[in-house]
Amino acid sequence: MDKLLEINGLTKRFGPISAVDNISFSVSRGEVLGFLGPNGAGKSTTMKMATGYLSPTNGKVSVCGYDVLHSPLEIKRRLGYLPEGAPLYGDMTPNSLLNFVCDIRQLNKEKRKTGYEHVVESLQLERVLHQPIETLSKGYKRRVGLAQAIIHDPEVLILDEPTDGLDPNQKHEVRQLLDRMSHSKAIVISTHILEEVDAVCSRAIIISQGKIVADQKPSMLERSSRFHNAVGIRIEAENSERCISLIESIPDVLTVEIVRNDDELVEIIVFPSNKTDILGSISNSIDEGGLKVLEMYVERGRLEEVFRELTVGGFEVGNA
Amino acid sequence: MRNTWIICSRELTSYFISPVAYVFIVIFLALAGGLTFFFGKWLDRGQADLQVFFIYHPYLYLFLIPAVGMRLWAEERKSGSMEFLMTLPISTSQAVIGKFLAAWIFVGIALSLTFPIWLTVNFLGNPDNGVIVTAYVGSWLMAGGFLALSSSVSALTKNQVIAFVLAAVICFIFLMSGVELVQAFFRAWAPPRFVEAIAELSFLTNFGDLSQGVIDVRDILFFLSVIAGALFVNILIVEIKKSS
Ligand SMILES: Nc1ncnc2c1ncn2[C@@H]1O[C@H](COP(=O)(O)OP(=O)(O)OP(=O)(O)O)[C@@H](O)[C@H]1O
Ligand SMILES: [Mg+2]
Repeated sequence: MDKLLEINGLTKRFGPISAVDNISFSVSRGEVLGFLGPNGAGKSTTMKMATGYLSPTNGKVSVCGYDVLHSPLEIKRRLGYLPEGAPLYGDMTPNSLLNFVCDIRQLNKEKRKTGYEHVVESLQLERVLHQPIETLSKGYKRRVGLAQAIIHDPEVLILDEPTDGLDPNQKHEVRQLLDRMSHSKAIVISTHILEEVDAVCSRAIIISQGKIVADQKPSMLERSSRFHNAVGIRIEAENSERCISLIESIPDVLTVEIVRNDDELVEIIVFPSNKTDILGSISNSIDEGGLKVLEMYVERGRLEEVFRELTVGGFEVGNA
Repeated sequence: MRNTWIICSRELTSYFISPVAYVFIVIFLALAGGLTFFFGKWLDRGQADLQVFFIYHPYLYLFLIPAVGMRLWAEERKSGSMEFLMTLPISTSQAVIGKFLAAWIFVGIALSLTFPIWLTVNFLGNPDNGVIVTAYVGSWLMAGGFLALSSSVSALTKNQVIAFVLAAVICFIFLMSGVELVQAFFRAWAPPRFVEAIAELSFLTNFGDLSQGVIDVRDILFFLSVIAGALFVNILIVEIKKSS
């Protein structure tokens, strides 16, 4: 695997605050890295340093083998970047802005044409091409920002909250777009939408207070959730007490939590000890007891809860 | 070179999309004309030259040029578009020079729109047009000096008001450094050599000859080196601010 983006010991201090504190990771071609962390964790600052917009206090960034301090131009040529909030020249129209970017990036006629048509089509910009950017809605501004980041088909893409402010259809479109592009590029996206990590990322890094607290496949992260392999069950209220006591007597069951309880329906979550697979034994004992359940499902684990644990507590999972 | 030009033309286009450009041009023309006719009593002098027209230019520029220059970098920083611009594959110097050139050309356009006064003087009498051309060029060079200073000040802050005030103060110092008032201030504490050097930096002194049609290479070189020096500082400021 060729590592297109390498970050080593990156640190940024703003006066007394360490915004980014000794972060190292690399991204290979074909990877989509999800960059997660609470507000103020240092995601945007890391991205700004990776693009060369900010100089690090310490540490090294290289893109396609070029060092950001020594060959900033080489890096910027190979990089597509969507800054946080997608700040662009408001008085320009998307059309003139995209042409400006093509000029600066010296795209030849053919690349320019395919690039332009591709972004206009995949981000559905046709309707607003000739309207000043400052008068566009937030989502459209973001799409124009994305368009300028990918128009030159860069090898490394760094996108700061690319789907922020997009409607559900557009979120879906953008995720598909990222998916299509991912095999030939190294992509880093930051996001607060955890389902997005599941949907598009092949790897996730969680940072908290400038430090990496997890660096794993999303499915592995889910596994560290206490919900991993837990079984959710919905039963009719009249049967619930018997059912619960039946389940509690299964050896591998650690606890049973009631998450919903009204007149007709009870929903419980059964936690296994050591996150073992208990679906089989639960359905067996339910069958044996002659009980009927309305619904039964296995949890994969909840990223949201892992995220909270990692960034609120001081708890750390092993790195991949 | 190519990138500098692309940036310059993008900036220049955006001047004319916004109403600010037209407001500036109208104010510039009104003030330039007003000062010449009312304060300079141009028509009453009965002389076929533009002396009283050019004599007010330094003072006009003193606050109009910082108004043009204040937004060059401060606005870009404030709106965040600087992050977009500076992550395109361009160097800092291309960005600084491109933006400066656009503003300078814009001021040049405003200045050239005063041509009716030139036509008028040719109607009324027989002026020495060589003198007038030299004075126009000198005025534009001086505007470039003020503009380069304003641009580098603008790179210091994201607040346009601060950029304007600071730029105006610095332009004032450069403009007046030959005048007795400012000289006296420096003479009080600085060594005489320094005071002389300060006097040499005066825009007023250097523009004086040009505005009377005297082509002194030293005056031209002076303005060009102020521009070059200020833009160099501008590039440094943008670079240093990256690591703040
Ligand atoms: N120019 C600056 N001067 C001082 N402090 C800064 C500056 N930029 C960022 N910071 C601080 O650095 C820290 C990290 O900020 P950053 O913008 O990287 O967070 P983030 O992870 O992107 O957060 P969010 O999810 O809200 O976008 C914050 O504490 C922020 O206040
Ligand atoms: Mg951020």
